[in-house]
Amino acid sequence: MHPVSVRVDNLTKRFSETVALDDITFHVGKGELFGFIGPDGAGKTTLFRILTTLLLPDRGTCTVEGCDVVKDYKRIRNMSGYMPGRFSLYQDLTVEENLNFFATIFGTTVHENYDLIKDIYQQIEPFKDRKAGKLSGGMKQKLALSCALIHKPEILFLDEPTTGVDAVSRLEFWEMLKRLKEAGITILVSTPYMDEASLCDRVALMQNGRIMSISTPLEVIRNYPLTLYSVKAGDIYQLLGELRNYPGVHSVYAFGQSAHVAFKGPANQADLAAWLKAKNHQSVEITPIEANIEDCFMELMTA
Amino acid sequence: MKTILYIIQKEFLQVFRNKSMLPIIFVVPIVQLVILVNAATFEMKHIRISVVDLDLSGTSRKLTSKFQGSPFYQVQSTSFSYREAEDEMKQGKVDMILQIPAGFEKRLVKESHAKVQFVVNAINGQTAGLVNAYSTMILFDYNRELVMENANPAQMAGLRNIQTDYSYWYNPKLNYKTYMVPGILVLLITIIGLLLSGMNIVREKEIGTIEQINVTPIKKIQFIAGKLIPFWIIGLFELAFGLTVGKLLFNIPMEGSLGLIFMSASVYLFVILSFGLLISTITNTQQQAMLVSFFFMVVFILMSGLFTAIESMPEWAQNLDRLNPVMYFIKIMRMVLLKGSTFADISHHFWSLVIYAVVIISIAIRRYRKVA
Repeated sequence: MHPVSVRVDNLTKRFSETVALDDITFHVGKGELFGFIGPDGAGKTTLFRILTTLLLPDRGTCTVEGCDVVKDYKRIRNMSGYMPGRFSLYQDLTVEENLNFFATIFGTTVHENYDLIKDIYQQIEPFKDRKAGKLSGGMKQKLALSCALIHKPEILFLDEPTTGVDAVSRLEFWEMLKRLKEAGITILVSTPYMDEASLCDRVALMQNGRIMSISTPLEVIRNYPLTLYSVKAGDIYQLLGELRNYPGVHSVYAFGQSAHVAFKGPANQADLAAWLKAKNHQSVEITPIEANIEDCFMELMTA
Repeated sequence: MKTILYIIQKEFLQVFRNKSMLPIIFVVPIVQLVILVNAATFEMKHIRISVVDLDLSGTSRKLTSKFQGSPFYQVQSTSFSYREAEDEMKQGKVDMILQIPAGFEKRLVKESHAKVQFVVNAINGQTAGLVNAYSTMILFDYNRELVMENANPAQMAGLRNIQTDYSYWYNPKLNYKTYMVPGILVLLITIIGLLLSGMNIVREKEIGTIEQINVTPIKKIQFIAGKLIPFWIIGLFELAFGLTVGKLLFNIPMEGSLGLIFMSASVYLFVILSFGLLISTITNTQQQAMLVSFFFMVVFILMSGLFTAIESMPEWAQNLDRLNPVMYFIKIMRMVLLKGSTFADISHHFWSLVIYAVVIISIAIRRYRKVA
C-alpha cells in the first residue's frame, strides 16, 4: 500500500439548505492520479475548494500530505497547486507576466523550477508576450497548469481542467498529466467527461454530494452487471423510444449513432431483431458489446 | 518585501494597461477643476429685476438707476402693472420685482418716510437671502444720500454717524474660486481613491483571480499592502497634479506649507483607500461596490462643507459629521492653503484622520479573509 497523500473522512459541507458534500470518505495514495467523475452539481468543486483550504468543512476531517486543512492550511498552500475550473489568471497580463507573478508570490522564480514546467511551457512560449485573455482555450489551460506548477507542488488539484477545451487539446492535456504523475506528483482531477475516467489510476463517481463508487477503471468495467447490446437502425429517435417498451429491457440510451440497450439477464438477440422488424425498423443491426467506462457510469448513476 | 514590490509592479502594469485609466488620471482633474470651480458658485451676478414704477418721479427714477448702476442687477423690464411683473416672475424671466408706489416722492417730502416693495423669488432660499441683502444695501445707501442732500449743514453736524469698514481676511477679494479649488481637489482624490481601491479587489473576485491568489502562501498584509500602495501613490500624484492646475489656472493661494498638505493627504488617502478596501470585502461584484461607494461618497461630500457651511447644519448632523473624513481634509486644505495654518492649528483634524485610518484599516483587514 502506498503512503497516503489525501485522507478525507466523513466530510460534510452544507450551504444553508443544500448539502453539497454528504459524509464523504476516501483516501488518495501518493503519486496517484485520482479522478472525480460526476455531473455538474455533484459537489466536485466544493470538495476541491475544501482541500485547497478555500472553504472550511462543516464536519469530518481532511488532511493533505498529513496536514489538516483547517489547522495547517498554511503548509498546504505552500505545497499544493490548484487550477480552478474557471480560468482565473490575469487576462490583462501577458503569459510571461502571469507566470512571473505567481512564481514571485510563491516565493520562487520561474528559472528555479523551469524543469517541471518546461514541457508544457514550451508549447506556449512563442506567445509569451500575448495577454492571457487573448489565448485560445487550450493555451489558457496550459498556462494555468504552468502557473499551478511553478512552485513545484507535491500535489495538484485540477478542477475540470478540460471543460471547454477541444478534443485534441484534451488528449494532450492528459498526456501532460501522465508525465507529471511520473515526476511523482499526486494529482486529483475532476471532470464531467466519462471517457477521461479510464485515464486515471482510480476514479470516484460522484453524484448529489456522495461518492457512489471508487475503483480502478478496469474494475469498474469488470463489475458491470448487465448484458449490453448496441442497436442501430434508420431512425434512431424512434428506435430509442420503442426499445424502452421491449420486455425485459433495463436501460436504453443513445451512444453516438447507436443505442445501447442493457438487460439484467441474458437476452435473445434474434427475438429483439424480430420485434424491431415487426415495428417497421429498417436495416436493424444488433451487436453484443463489452461495456466501456461510460456504460458503467450510466448504470451506476441510475442505480 | 520583494513580494509586495512585485504586486505593486503588477498593479501599476494593470492600471496603465487599462485604456481608460490615463484619461481618468489626467483629464478628470482638469475638467473637474475648470467646470466645477467656475460653475459651482454662489456669487450672484445679473439678478434680473422688473421695476414697477408707479410714481415716475425724480426720486423714484434715481432709485431705479441705483439698481441699474450696480453690477449685480440687470433691469430686465419696466412696467406699470404689478400683475405683469408677477407674470414675468412666474415665467422665470425675473428674479425680483421692485415696486415703487404712486406718491412715493410726495410722501417722502411731506412725511419724510416712504415705502417701496421688494418681491424676491425665493425658490432657492440661499439666493433669495443674498438678493435681499444686496437690495437692502442699495436702498440703505440711497437713503443716506437722501439724508445728506436734504439736511442742512447744521443738522449734519448733529448727526452721529457710525461707519462700517470691511476687510475680508484670507480671501480679500471675496474670490469664490479661491475657496472652491481646495475643496474640489479633495473631492477629486476622494473619488479616485475610493473607486479605484474598492473596484480593484472586487474585480479580482469577479474574474476569479482572487481564488488563485488565496491558495498561495501570500500573507494577507502583503496582498493588502500591494493593493493599496499603488493607489496611494496615484492619489498623491493626483493631488500634486491638481494643485499645479489650480495654481496655473486659478492662481490659488498657497499660504501654508505644501509639506503639511501632503502629510495630511497621505493619511487622508490611507483612510479613503481603507474604506474602499472595506467596501470591497463586503461586496461581491463591481456593481455592488460601485453603488455602496456612491452612497457613502454622496453623503460624505454633501456633508463635507464643500458646498454648504457645516456650521449651518443642525447639531445632530454636525455631530454625525465627525465621522466624515472628507470634512476633516477639506478643512485642513482650506486652512493650510488659504490661511497658512500650521500643524498646531490643524492638529485636531489631523489626529482625527489618523484615528480614522487606524480604525478603518483594522476593520478592513479583519473582514478580508482568504478563506470563505
